[in-house]
Amino acid sequence: MLVMVHIMNSEISASCIERWLLVFAERILEKKDYLTDLDAAIGDGDHGLNMARGVERLRERLGSKLVAAGRPLNAGLAAATEPADAETNIGVLLRTVAMTLISGVGGAAGALYGSFFLNAAKEAASLLKNGADPQRNISIAEFSQVLRSGLEGLKQRGKAGLDEKTMIDAFEPAIDALQDSIEQGEDATAAFTAACQAAEKGMQKTIGMQALKGRASYLGPRSIGHQDPGATSTFYLFEAARKAFA
Amino acid sequence: MQKLINLPIDTVAESLQGLELAHEKILRVSHKSRFVYRADAPVHGKVAIVSGSGSGHEPLNVGYVGRGMLDAACLGDVFTSPTPMQYLAATEMVEGGAGVLYVVKNHTGGVLNMEIAMEMAAEREIMVKTVLVNDDVAVDDAANRRGLGAAIFVEKIAGAAAERGYTLNQVQAVAKRSSTQCRSMGVALTSCILPNLGRPTFDLPADEMEIGVGIHGERGRQRIPSTSADQVVELLLEPIMADLEVRAGDRMLVMVSGLGGTPQQELYIVYRHLHKLLTMRGVTIEQQLIGNYITSLEMAGCAVTLMRVDAELLELWNAPVHTPTLWW
Repeated sequence: MLVMVHIMNSEISASCIERWLLVFAERILEKKDYLTDLDAAIGDGDHGLNMARGVERLRERLGSKLVAAGRPLNAGLAAATEPADAETNIGVLLRTVAMTLISGVGGAAGALYGSFFLNAAKEAASLLKNGADPQRNISIAEFSQVLRSGLEGLKQRGKAGLDEKTMIDAFEPAIDALQDSIEQGEDATAAFTAACQAAEKGMQKTIGMQALKGRASYLGPRSIGHQDPGATSTFYLFEAARKAFA
Repeated sequence: MQKLINLPIDTVAESLQGLELAHEKILRVSHKSRFVYRADAPVHGKVAIVSGSGSGHEPLNVGYVGRGMLDAACLGDVFTSPTPMQYLAATEMVEGGAGVLYVVKNHTGGVLNMEIAMEMAAEREIMVKTVLVNDDVAVDDAANRRGLGAAIFVEKIAGAAAERGYTLNQVQAVAKRSSTQCRSMGVALTSCILPNLGRPTFDLPADEMEIGVGIHGERGRQRIPSTSADQVVELLLEPIMADLEVRAGDRMLVMVSGLGGTPQQELYIVYRHLHKLLTMRGVTIEQQLIGNYITSLEMAGCAVTLMRVDAELLELWNAPVHTPTLWW
Protein backbone atom coordinates (compact mmCIF):
# COMPACT_ATOMS: atom_id res chain seq x y z
CA MET A 1 0.00 0.00 0.00
CA LEU A 2 2.83 2.36 0.81
CA VAL A 3 4.44 1.60 -2.53
CA MET A 4 1.20 2.41 -4.27
CA VAL A 5 0.97 5.79 -2.56
CA HIS A 6 4.51 6.50 -3.64
CA ILE A 7 3.67 5.73 -7.28
CA MET A 8 0.60 7.91 -7.13
CA ASN A 9 2.60 10.76 -5.73
CA SER A 10 5.17 10.85 -8.47
CA GLU A 11 3.42 9.77 -11.63
CA ILE A 12 0.20 10.32 -13.50
CA SER A 13 -1.27 7.43 -15.44
CA ALA A 14 -4.00 7.43 -18.06
CA SER A 15 -6.31 5.73 -15.56
CA CYS A 16 -5.57 8.49 -13.05
CA ILE A 17 -6.68 11.03 -15.63
CA GLU A 18 -9.84 9.06 -16.39
CA ARG A 19 -10.58 8.98 -12.70
CA TRP A 20 -10.01 12.74 -12.44
CA LEU A 21 -12.55 13.40 -15.17
CA LEU A 22 -15.09 11.00 -13.73
CA VAL A 23 -14.84 12.76 -10.37
CA PHE A 24 -15.23 16.07 -12.23
CA ALA A 25 -18.29 14.72 -14.05
CA GLU A 26 -19.89 13.66 -10.80
CA ARG A 27 -19.27 17.07 -9.25
CA ILE A 28 -20.72 18.93 -12.25
CA LEU A 29 -23.85 16.78 -12.16
CA GLU A 30 -24.24 17.47 -8.43
CA LYS A 31 -23.78 21.20 -8.99
CA LYS A 32 -25.76 21.50 -12.23
CA ASP A 33 -28.51 23.66 -10.73
CA TYR A 34 -26.05 25.84 -8.84
CA LEU A 35 -24.05 26.55 -12.02
CA THR A 36 -27.27 27.33 -13.84
CA ASP A 37 -28.31 29.78 -11.10
CA LEU A 38 -24.93 31.53 -11.26
CA ASP A 39 -25.27 31.80 -15.04
CA ALA A 40 -28.87 33.03 -14.91
CA ALA A 41 -27.68 35.98 -12.79
CA ILE A 42 -25.20 37.29 -15.38
CA GLY A 43 -25.50 35.12 -18.48
CA ASP A 44 -28.19 33.08 -20.13
CA GLY A 45 -28.66 30.39 -17.51
CA ASP A 46 -27.44 27.36 -19.40
CA HIS A 47 -23.93 26.71 -18.07
CA GLY A 48 -25.13 23.96 -15.75
CA LEU A 49 -27.20 22.32 -18.47
CA ASN A 50 -24.39 22.51 -21.03
CA MET A 51 -21.68 21.24 -18.70
CA ALA A 52 -23.96 18.44 -17.52
CA ARG A 53 -24.55 17.40 -21.13
CA GLY A 54 -20.80 17.42 -21.77
CA VAL A 55 -19.82 15.39 -18.72
CA GLU A 56 -22.60 12.86 -19.36
CA ARG A 57 -20.98 12.24 -22.74
CA LEU A 58 -17.60 12.02 -21.05
CA ARG A 59 -18.94 9.44 -18.64
CA GLU A 60 -20.27 7.37 -21.53
CA ARG A 61 -16.90 7.47 -23.30
CA LEU A 62 -14.64 7.01 -20.30
CA GLY A 63 -16.96 4.81 -18.29
CA SER A 64 -17.39 2.31 -21.08
CA LYS A 65 -13.66 2.16 -21.59
CA LEU A 66 -13.02 1.50 -17.93
CA VAL A 67 -15.68 -1.17 -17.79
CA ALA A 68 -14.42 -2.74 -21.00
CA ALA A 69 -10.95 -2.92 -19.53
CA GLY A 70 -12.35 -4.81 -16.57
CA ARG A 71 -12.03 -1.92 -14.15
CA PRO A 72 -15.43 -0.92 -12.86
CA LEU A 73 -15.91 2.70 -11.83
CA ASN A 74 -16.04 1.86 -8.14
CA ALA A 75 -12.75 -0.06 -8.17
CA GLY A 76 -11.27 2.87 -6.30
CA LEU A 77 -7.73 4.10 -5.99
CA ALA A 78 -6.05 0.77 -6.57
CA ALA A 79 -7.51 0.57 -10.04
CA ALA A 80 -6.39 4.11 -10.77
CA THR A 81 -2.75 3.12 -10.35
CA GLU A 82 -2.89 0.27 -12.81
CA PRO A 83 -1.36 0.92 -16.20
CA ALA A 84 -3.80 2.02 -18.88
CA ASP A 85 -5.02 -0.46 -21.44
CA ALA A 86 -3.03 -0.74 -24.65
CA GLU A 87 -5.10 1.63 -26.78
CA THR A 88 -5.04 4.48 -24.28
CA ASN A 89 -1.98 6.56 -23.96
CA ILE A 90 -2.37 9.85 -22.17
CA GLY A 91 -2.31 11.92 -25.37
CA VAL A 92 -5.01 9.85 -27.03
CA LEU A 93 -7.12 9.94 -23.89
CA LEU A 94 -6.93 13.74 -23.59
CA ARG A 95 -7.76 14.08 -27.27
CA THR A 96 -10.83 11.88 -26.80
CA VAL A 97 -11.89 14.11 -23.92
CA ALA A 98 -11.40 17.22 -26.08
CA MET A 99 -13.39 15.90 -29.01
CA THR A 100 -16.17 14.66 -26.73
CA LEU A 101 -16.54 18.13 -25.23
CA ILE A 102 -16.21 19.97 -28.55
CA SER A 103 -18.81 17.78 -30.23
CA GLY A 104 -21.11 17.28 -27.27
CA VAL A 105 -21.55 20.60 -25.53
CA GLY A 106 -21.95 23.55 -27.90
CA GLY A 107 -21.89 27.11 -26.59
CA ALA A 108 -18.75 28.81 -25.34
CA ALA A 109 -18.08 26.20 -22.66
CA GLY A 110 -17.76 23.34 -25.16
CA ALA A 111 -15.32 25.25 -27.35
CA LEU A 112 -13.25 26.53 -24.41
CA TYR A 113 -12.96 23.35 -22.35
CA GLY A 114 -12.50 21.48 -25.63
CA SER A 115 -9.63 23.76 -26.65
CA PHE A 116 -8.03 23.31 -23.22
CA PHE A 117 -8.01 19.52 -23.54
CA LEU A 118 -7.05 19.60 -27.21
CA ASN A 119 -3.91 21.62 -26.52
CA ALA A 120 -3.16 19.53 -23.46
CA ALA A 121 -3.46 16.44 -25.67
CA LYS A 122 -1.03 17.87 -28.22
CA GLU A 123 1.53 18.57 -25.51
CA ALA A 124 1.11 15.10 -24.02
CA ALA A 125 1.47 13.51 -27.45
CA SER A 126 4.69 15.37 -28.14
CA LEU A 127 6.07 14.42 -24.70
CA LEU A 128 5.30 10.75 -25.31
CA LYS A 129 6.32 10.64 -28.96
CA ASN A 130 10.04 10.73 -28.37
CA GLY A 131 10.22 8.19 -25.57
CA ALA A 132 10.61 4.45 -25.87
CA ASP A 133 7.20 3.77 -24.37
CA PRO A 134 4.30 5.91 -25.57
CA GLN A 135 2.04 4.20 -23.03
CA ARG A 136 4.18 5.35 -20.13
CA ASN A 137 2.96 7.33 -17.16
CA ILE A 138 4.09 10.94 -16.93
CA SER A 139 5.64 12.76 -14.00
CA ILE A 140 3.60 15.41 -12.22
CA ALA A 141 6.04 17.99 -13.59
CA GLU A 142 5.20 16.80 -17.11
CA PHE A 143 1.52 16.81 -16.25
CA SER A 144 1.79 20.39 -15.07
CA GLN A 145 3.41 21.24 -18.42
CA VAL A 146 0.52 19.50 -20.20
CA LEU A 147 -2.01 21.57 -18.25
CA ARG A 148 -0.02 24.74 -18.97
CA SER A 149 -0.28 24.07 -22.72
CA GLY A 150 -3.98 23.47 -22.29
CA LEU A 151 -4.29 26.87 -20.63
CA GLU A 152 -2.39 28.53 -23.47
CA GLY A 153 -4.81 26.96 -25.95
CA LEU A 154 -7.76 28.12 -23.90
CA LYS A 155 -6.48 31.68 -23.69
CA GLN A 156 -5.77 31.78 -27.39
CA ARG A 157 -9.22 30.49 -28.28
CA GLY A 158 -11.05 32.76 -25.87
CA LYS A 159 -8.76 35.76 -26.45
CA ALA A 160 -9.04 36.40 -22.75
CA GLY A 161 -6.61 36.98 -19.92
CA LEU A 162 -6.72 37.34 -16.16
CA ASP A 163 -9.21 39.62 -14.41
CA GLU A 164 -11.82 39.53 -17.16
CA LYS A 165 -14.19 37.40 -15.05
CA THR A 166 -13.83 34.14 -16.95
CA MET A 167 -12.71 30.59 -16.28
CA ILE A 168 -9.12 31.78 -16.77
CA ASP A 169 -9.33 33.49 -13.37
CA ALA A 170 -9.51 30.03 -11.82
CA PHE A 171 -7.38 28.15 -14.37
CA GLU A 172 -4.29 30.32 -14.41
CA PRO A 173 -3.67 30.68 -10.65
CA ALA A 174 -4.32 26.97 -10.21
CA ILE A 175 -1.74 25.98 -12.81
CA ASP A 176 0.73 28.57 -11.48
CA ALA A 177 0.32 27.13 -7.98
CA LEU A 178 0.73 23.58 -9.23
CA GLN A 179 3.92 24.44 -11.06
CA ASP A 180 5.37 26.43 -8.14
CA SER A 181 4.69 23.63 -5.73
CA ILE A 182 6.29 21.02 -8.00
CA GLU A 183 9.31 23.23 -8.62
CA GLN A 184 9.76 23.56 -4.87
CA GLY A 185 9.95 19.78 -4.69
CA GLU A 186 6.61 19.26 -3.00
CA ASP A 187 4.73 16.03 -3.57
CA ALA A 188 1.49 15.52 -5.51
CA THR A 189 -0.67 15.90 -2.43
CA ALA A 190 0.77 19.32 -1.65
CA ALA A 191 0.84 20.38 -5.31
CA PHE A 192 -2.75 19.50 -6.16
CA THR A 193 -4.00 20.87 -2.84
CA ALA A 194 -2.27 24.17 -3.64
CA ALA A 195 -3.77 24.15 -7.15
CA CYS A 196 -7.25 23.52 -5.82
CA GLN A 197 -6.94 26.30 -3.24
CA ALA A 198 -5.67 28.73 -5.87
CA ALA A 199 -8.57 27.85 -8.19
CA GLU A 200 -11.03 28.44 -5.38
CA LYS A 201 -9.46 31.78 -4.52
CA GLY A 202 -9.50 32.79 -8.18
CA MET A 203 -13.12 31.78 -8.48
CA GLN A 204 -14.03 33.88 -5.43
CA LYS A 205 -12.12 36.85 -6.83
CA THR A 206 -14.41 36.90 -9.88
CA ILE A 207 -17.24 38.13 -7.63
CA GLY A 208 -15.67 41.58 -7.45
CA MET A 209 -14.80 41.76 -11.13
CA GLN A 210 -16.66 43.39 -13.98
CA ALA A 211 -17.04 40.92 -16.85
CA LEU A 212 -15.11 41.90 -19.97
CA LYS A 213 -15.73 38.75 -22.00
CA GLY A 214 -18.74 36.62 -22.79
CA ARG A 215 -22.41 37.27 -22.23
CA ALA A 216 -21.90 38.67 -18.75
CA SER A 217 -19.93 41.56 -20.26
CA TYR A 218 -23.17 42.93 -21.76
CA LEU A 219 -24.30 43.77 -18.24
CA GLY A 220 -21.43 46.19 -17.77
CA PRO A 221 -20.92 47.13 -14.11
CA ARG A 222 -24.05 45.15 -13.21
CA SER A 223 -21.97 41.98 -13.58
CA ILE A 224 -20.02 42.95 -10.43
CA GLY A 225 -21.09 41.08 -7.29
CA HIS A 226 -21.75 37.76 -9.02
CA GLN A 227 -19.44 34.76 -9.13
CA ASP A 228 -18.48 33.68 -12.64
CA PRO A 229 -20.06 30.32 -13.56
CA GLY A 230 -17.16 29.34 -15.84
CA ALA A 231 -14.58 29.98 -13.10
CA THR A 232 -16.79 27.90 -10.81
CA SER A 233 -16.85 24.86 -13.07
CA THR A 234 -13.08 25.26 -13.46
CA PHE A 235 -12.71 25.18 -9.67
CA TYR A 236 -14.56 21.84 -9.70
CA LEU A 237 -12.02 20.58 -12.25
CA PHE A 238 -9.18 21.30 -9.85
CA GLU A 239 -11.12 20.04 -6.87
CA ALA A 240 -11.54 16.78 -8.79
CA ALA A 241 -7.79 16.81 -9.55
CA ARG A 242 -7.00 17.07 -5.86
CA LYS A 243 -9.24 14.09 -5.17
CA ALA A 244 -7.84 12.03 -8.05
CA PHE A 245 -4.14 12.84 -7.85
CA ALA A 246 -3.35 13.97 -4.31
CA MET B 1 -46.36 30.32 -18.15
CA GLN B 2 -47.18 27.04 -19.87
CA LYS B 3 -45.42 25.75 -22.95
CA LEU B 4 -46.94 23.86 -25.82
CA ILE B 5 -44.36 21.09 -25.81
CA ASN B 6 -44.17 17.35 -25.19
CA LEU B 7 -41.06 16.24 -23.32
CA PRO B 8 -38.77 19.26 -22.74
CA ILE B 9 -35.82 17.25 -24.00
CA ASP B 10 -37.55 16.71 -27.37
CA THR B 11 -38.29 20.40 -28.00
CA VAL B 12 -35.62 21.12 -30.60
CA ALA B 13 -35.92 17.81 -32.46
CA GLU B 14 -39.71 17.92 -32.70
CA SER B 15 -39.73 21.53 -33.84
CA LEU B 16 -37.31 20.62 -36.65
CA GLN B 17 -39.54 17.70 -37.65
CA GLY B 18 -42.48 20.07 -37.98
CA LEU B 19 -40.43 22.61 -39.95
CA GLU B 20 -39.38 19.94 -42.43
CA LEU B 21 -42.95 18.70 -42.90
CA ALA B 22 -44.22 22.25 -43.39
CA HIS B 23 -41.61 23.29 -45.96
CA GLU B 24 -40.55 20.15 -47.74
CA LYS B 25 -40.36 21.94 -51.09
CA ILE B 26 -37.85 24.44 -49.76
CA LEU B 27 -35.64 22.62 -47.30
CA ARG B 28 -34.40 19.38 -45.79
CA VAL B 29 -33.26 18.60 -42.26
CA SER B 30 -30.30 16.56 -41.12
CA HIS B 31 -31.71 15.27 -37.87
CA LYS B 32 -28.45 13.58 -36.95
CA SER B 33 -26.25 16.66 -37.20
CA ARG B 34 -29.13 19.03 -36.56
CA PHE B 35 -28.97 21.43 -39.47
CA VAL B 36 -31.42 22.62 -42.12
CA TYR B 37 -30.34 22.88 -45.74
CA ARG B 38 -31.73 23.87 -49.12
CA ALA B 39 -33.66 21.10 -50.81
CA ASP B 40 -31.53 21.52 -53.96
CA ALA B 41 -28.15 21.65 -52.17
CA PRO B 42 -25.40 21.65 -53.16
CA VAL B 43 -25.80 24.30 -55.85
CA HIS B 44 -22.77 23.81 -58.07
CA GLY B 45 -20.63 26.84 -58.76
CA LYS B 46 -22.45 29.01 -56.20
CA VAL B 47 -20.96 30.35 -52.99
CA ALA B 48 -22.80 28.66 -50.12
CA ILE B 49 -24.05 30.77 -47.22
CA VAL B 50 -24.08 29.03 -43.84
CA SER B 51 -25.36 30.39 -40.56
CA GLY B 52 -26.39 28.97 -37.23
CA SER B 53 -27.38 29.73 -33.68
CA GLY B 54 -28.90 28.20 -30.64
CA SER B 55 -32.59 27.41 -30.96
CA GLY B 56 -35.23 29.60 -29.38
CA HIS B 57 -34.75 32.45 -31.90
CA GLU B 58 -37.04 31.08 -34.58
CA PRO B 59 -37.57 31.91 -37.35
CA LEU B 60 -33.85 32.79 -37.14
CA ASN B 61 -31.99 31.01 -38.75
CA VAL B 62 -33.83 27.92 -39.93
CA GLY B 63 -36.64 29.99 -41.42
CA TYR B 64 -34.19 31.77 -43.72
CA VAL B 65 -32.97 28.67 -45.52
CA GLY B 66 -33.89 28.55 -49.18
CA ARG B 67 -33.15 29.99 -52.59
CA GLY B 68 -31.74 33.50 -52.42
CA MET B 69 -30.73 33.35 -48.77
CA LEU B 70 -29.11 30.61 -46.65
CA ASP B 71 -27.87 27.28 -47.96
CA ALA B 72 -27.73 25.84 -44.45
CA ALA B 73 -28.49 26.80 -40.88
CA CYS B 74 -27.23 24.82 -37.88
CA LEU B 75 -29.30 24.65 -34.76
CA GLY B 76 -27.97 24.18 -31.23
CA ASP B 77 -29.85 23.50 -28.04
CA VAL B 78 -31.90 26.37 -26.70
CA PHE B 79 -29.67 29.49 -26.64
CA THR B 80 -26.58 27.32 -27.10
CA SER B 81 -24.51 27.70 -30.23
CA PRO B 82 -24.10 24.62 -32.44
CA THR B 83 -20.92 22.56 -32.26
CA PRO B 84 -18.09 22.73 -34.83
CA MET B 85 -19.06 19.22 -35.98
CA GLN B 86 -22.53 20.46 -36.92
CA TYR B 87 -21.07 23.35 -38.92
CA LEU B 88 -18.64 21.01 -40.61
CA ALA B 89 -21.38 18.56 -41.59
CA ALA B 90 -23.54 21.40 -42.94
CA THR B 91 -20.59 22.89 -44.81
CA GLU B 92 -19.78 19.58 -46.49
CA MET B 93 -23.44 19.12 -47.45
CA VAL B 94 -23.94 22.50 -49.17
CA GLU B 95 -20.48 23.38 -50.47
CA GLY B 96 -20.78 23.64 -54.26
CA GLY B 97 -17.18 24.26 -55.28
CA ALA B 98 -17.20 28.07 -54.99
CA GLY B 99 -16.47 28.31 -51.26
CA VAL B 100 -18.58 28.97 -48.21
CA LEU B 101 -19.42 32.14 -46.28
CA TYR B 102 -20.21 31.79 -42.58
CA VAL B 103 -22.44 34.47 -41.14
CA VAL B 104 -21.19 34.77 -37.56
CA LYS B 105 -23.28 36.58 -34.99
CA ASN B 106 -20.99 38.09 -32.41
CA HIS B 107 -21.64 35.90 -29.38
CA THR B 108 -18.73 34.18 -27.66
CA GLY B 109 -20.05 30.65 -28.15
CA GLY B 110 -21.02 31.22 -31.77
CA VAL B 111 -17.70 32.78 -32.69
CA LEU B 112 -15.60 30.09 -30.96
CA ASN B 113 -17.47 27.14 -32.42
CA MET B 114 -17.42 28.61 -35.93
CA GLU B 115 -13.66 29.29 -35.60
CA ILE B 116 -13.04 25.64 -34.78
CA ALA B 117 -15.32 24.60 -37.65
CA MET B 118 -13.35 26.82 -40.06
CA GLU B 119 -10.09 25.22 -38.96
CA MET B 120 -11.61 21.79 -39.58
CA ALA B 121 -13.00 22.84 -42.98
CA ALA B 122 -9.56 24.17 -43.94
CA GLU B 123 -8.07 20.76 -43.13
CA ARG B 124 -10.55 19.33 -45.63
CA GLU B 125 -9.55 21.99 -48.16
CA ILE B 126 -12.92 23.74 -48.18
CA MET B 127 -12.54 27.49 -48.52
CA VAL B 128 -14.52 29.25 -45.80
CA LYS B 129 -14.71 32.99 -45.17
CA THR B 130 -16.73 34.81 -42.57
CA VAL B 131 -18.73 37.94 -42.00
CA LEU B 132 -19.26 39.13 -38.44
CA VAL B 133 -22.64 40.53 -37.43
CA ASN B 134 -22.39 42.88 -34.43
CA ASP B 135 -25.16 45.44 -34.55
CA ASP B 136 -26.27 45.84 -30.93
CA VAL B 137 -25.62 49.43 -29.85
CA ALA B 138 -26.61 48.58 -26.27
CA VAL B 139 -23.06 47.30 -25.84
CA ASP B 140 -20.63 50.25 -25.66
CA ASP B 141 -17.51 48.41 -26.71
CA ALA B 142 -18.00 48.05 -30.48
CA ALA B 143 -15.78 44.95 -30.68
CA ASN B 144 -17.98 43.21 -28.15
CA ARG B 145 -21.34 44.09 -29.68
CA ARG B 146 -23.85 41.29 -30.01
CA GLY B 147 -25.27 40.15 -33.30
CA LEU B 148 -28.99 40.81 -33.47
CA GLY B 149 -31.42 41.56 -36.31
CA ALA B 150 -28.68 42.55 -38.74
CA ALA B 151 -28.20 38.82 -39.32
CA ILE B 152 -31.38 38.80 -41.41
CA PHE B 153 -30.29 41.72 -43.60
CA VAL B 154 -26.77 40.35 -44.04
CA GLU B 155 -27.94 36.79 -44.78
CA LYS B 156 -30.47 38.03 -47.34
CA ILE B 157 -27.97 40.26 -49.13
CA ALA B 158 -25.17 37.67 -49.07
CA GLY B 159 -27.63 35.05 -50.33
CA ALA B 160 -28.74 37.27 -53.22
CA ALA B 161 -25.13 38.07 -54.12
CA ALA B 162 -24.23 34.37 -54.14
CA GLU B 163 -27.27 33.61 -56.30
CA ARG B 164 -26.08 36.22 -58.82
CA GLY B 165 -22.73 34.50 -59.18
CA TYR B 166 -20.57 36.78 -57.01
CA THR B 167 -17.29 35.08 -56.06
CA LEU B 168 -16.57 34.20 -52.42
CA ASN B 169 -14.47 37.36 -52.02
CA GLN B 170 -17.21 39.49 -53.55
CA VAL B 171 -19.93 37.91 -51.44
CA GLN B 172 -17.84 38.45 -48.33
CA ALA B 173 -17.17 42.08 -49.27
CA VAL B 174 -20.82 42.94 -49.84
CA ALA B 175 -21.84 41.06 -46.69
CA LYS B 176 -19.27 42.98 -44.64
CA ARG B 177 -20.45 46.25 -46.11
CA SER B 178 -24.03 45.35 -45.17
CA SER B 179 -23.01 44.43 -41.66
CA THR B 180 -21.27 47.77 -41.06
CA GLN B 181 -24.45 49.62 -42.05
CA CYS B 182 -26.71 47.92 -39.46
CA ARG B 183 -27.51 48.90 -35.87
CA SER B 184 -30.05 47.44 -33.44
CA MET B 185 -31.39 47.82 -29.94
CA GLY B 186 -33.98 45.82 -28.02
CA VAL B 187 -36.29 46.11 -25.04
CA ALA B 188 -37.73 43.32 -22.89
CA LEU B 189 -41.00 43.53 -20.99
CA THR B 190 -40.68 39.99 -19.58
CA SER B 191 -37.99 37.36 -19.24
CA CYS B 192 -38.26 34.02 -21.03
CA ILE B 193 -38.32 30.38 -19.97
CA LEU B 194 -35.81 27.76 -21.12
CA PRO B 195 -37.76 24.53 -21.79
CA ASN B 196 -35.28 22.42 -19.82
CA LEU B 197 -35.27 24.87 -16.94
CA GLY B 198 -38.97 25.63 -16.65
CA ARG B 199 -38.61 29.02 -14.98
CA PRO B 200 -37.76 32.56 -16.11
CA THR B 201 -34.06 33.29 -16.64
CA PHE B 202 -34.34 36.56 -14.73
CA ASP B 203 -37.00 38.34 -12.71
CA LEU B 204 -38.49 41.41 -14.29
CA PRO B 205 -41.25 43.04 -12.23
CA ALA B 206 -44.47 43.82 -14.10
CA ASP B 207 -43.88 47.57 -13.81
CA GLU B 208 -40.34 47.62 -15.18
CA MET B 209 -38.67 47.25 -18.57
CA GLU B 210 -35.18 46.09 -19.46
CA ILE B 211 -33.57 48.28 -22.13
CA GLY B 212 -30.76 46.95 -24.31
CA VAL B 213 -31.44 43.24 -24.09
CA GLY B 214 -29.94 40.57 -26.31
CA ILE B 215 -31.74 37.49 -27.52
CA HIS B 216 -30.67 34.93 -24.96
CA GLY B 217 -32.84 35.84 -22.02
CA GLU B 218 -29.85 37.60 -20.50
CA ARG B 219 -30.44 40.85 -18.74
CA GLY B 220 -29.93 44.12 -20.58
CA ARG B 221 -28.09 47.32 -20.01
CA GLN B 222 -30.48 49.27 -17.87
CA ARG B 223 -33.77 48.78 -16.08
CA ILE B 224 -36.38 51.51 -16.23
CA PRO B 225 -39.91 51.99 -14.90
CA SER B 226 -42.49 50.95 -17.49
CA THR B 227 -43.31 53.67 -19.96
CA SER B 228 -45.29 54.27 -23.18
CA ALA B 229 -44.59 52.65 -26.55
CA ASP B 230 -43.64 56.03 -28.06
CA GLN B 231 -41.12 56.70 -25.33
CA VAL B 232 -39.61 53.22 -25.67
CA VAL B 233 -39.21 53.80 -29.41
CA GLU B 234 -37.28 56.99 -28.65
CA LEU B 235 -35.05 55.17 -26.16
CA LEU B 236 -34.26 52.50 -28.76
CA LEU B 237 -33.93 54.75 -31.78
CA GLU B 238 -31.71 57.53 -30.42
CA PRO B 239 -28.63 55.37 -29.72
CA ILE B 240 -29.06 53.70 -33.11
CA MET B 241 -29.31 57.01 -34.98
CA ALA B 242 -26.31 58.45 -33.14
CA ASP B 243 -24.12 55.41 -33.67
CA LEU B 244 -25.03 54.96 -37.33
CA GLU B 245 -24.65 58.72 -37.86
CA VAL B 246 -27.94 58.87 -39.70
CA ARG B 247 -28.37 61.95 -41.89
CA ALA B 248 -31.26 63.42 -43.88
CA GLY B 249 -31.46 61.72 -47.24
CA ASP B 250 -30.29 58.32 -45.95
CA ARG B 251 -32.18 55.33 -47.31
CA MET B 252 -32.99 52.64 -44.79
CA LEU B 253 -34.31 49.16 -44.35
CA VAL B 254 -36.19 49.02 -41.05
CA MET B 255 -37.08 46.01 -38.95
CA VAL B 256 -39.25 45.87 -35.85
CA SER B 257 -38.93 42.32 -34.61
CA GLY B 258 -41.06 41.01 -31.79
CA LEU B 259 -39.07 38.95 -29.29
CA GLY B 260 -41.67 36.19 -29.27
CA GLY B 261 -44.28 37.32 -26.77
CA THR B 262 -45.50 40.65 -28.11
CA PRO B 263 -48.55 40.85 -30.39
CA GLN B 264 -48.29 42.16 -33.95
CA GLN B 265 -50.72 44.88 -32.91
CA GLU B 266 -48.13 46.37 -30.55
CA LEU B 267 -45.33 46.03 -33.09
CA TYR B 268 -47.31 48.24 -35.46
CA ILE B 269 -47.70 50.81 -32.66
CA VAL B 270 -43.91 50.76 -32.38
CA TYR B 271 -43.52 51.11 -36.14
CA ARG B 272 -45.98 54.00 -36.24
CA HIS B 273 -43.77 56.16 -34.03
CA LEU B 274 -40.56 54.89 -35.58
CA HIS B 275 -41.86 55.88 -39.01
CA LYS B 276 -42.77 59.34 -37.73
CA LEU B 277 -39.36 59.94 -36.15
CA LEU B 278 -37.42 58.69 -39.16
CA THR B 279 -39.51 60.70 -41.61
CA MET B 280 -39.04 63.83 -39.49
CA ARG B 281 -35.28 63.32 -39.80
CA GLY B 282 -35.54 63.12 -43.57
CA VAL B 283 -34.85 59.37 -43.76
CA THR B 284 -36.39 57.39 -46.60
CA ILE B 285 -37.70 53.97 -45.52
CA GLU B 286 -37.11 51.67 -48.48
CA GLN B 287 -38.67 48.60 -46.93
CA GLN B 288 -39.81 47.45 -43.52
CA LEU B 289 -40.24 44.12 -41.76
CA ILE B 290 -42.71 44.15 -38.87
CA GLY B 291 -43.19 40.81 -37.10
CA ASN B 292 -41.34 38.02 -35.32
CA TYR B 293 -38.07 37.69 -37.25
CA ILE B 294 -35.54 37.14 -34.46
CA THR B 295 -36.92 36.08 -31.12
CA SER B 296 -36.01 35.01 -27.63
CA LEU B 297 -38.55 32.25 -26.89
CA GLU B 298 -41.65 33.89 -25.36
CA MET B 299 -39.94 37.07 -24.22
CA ALA B 300 -42.22 40.10 -24.57
CA GLY B 301 -40.65 43.14 -26.16
CA CYS B 302 -39.07 44.04 -29.47
CA ALA B 303 -35.85 44.97 -31.19
CA VAL B 304 -35.43 47.72 -33.76
CA THR B 305 -32.87 47.31 -36.54
CA LEU B 306 -31.91 49.91 -39.13
CA MET B 307 -29.74 49.29 -42.15
CA ARG B 308 -28.51 52.06 -44.41
CA VAL B 309 -28.58 50.96 -48.06
CA ASP B 310 -27.15 52.13 -51.35
CA ALA B 311 -28.27 51.10 -54.83
CA GLU B 312 -26.36 47.78 -54.84
CA LEU B 313 -27.45 46.74 -51.36
CA LEU B 314 -31.06 47.66 -52.09
CA GLU B 315 -31.05 45.75 -55.35
CA LEU B 316 -29.71 42.67 -53.58
CA TRP B 317 -32.27 43.08 -50.82
CA ASN B 318 -35.06 43.25 -53.39
CA ALA B 319 -33.81 40.22 -55.36
CA PRO B 320 -36.07 37.14 -55.28
CA VAL B 321 -35.99 35.04 -52.12
CA HIS B 322 -37.77 31.80 -51.37
CA THR B 323 -37.60 30.75 -47.72
CA PRO B 324 -40.25 29.84 -45.14
CA THR B 325 -40.07 33.35 -43.63
CA LEU B 326 -39.02 35.74 -46.41
CA TRP B 327 -40.62 35.12 -49.77
CA TRP B 328 -40.76 37.50 -52.73
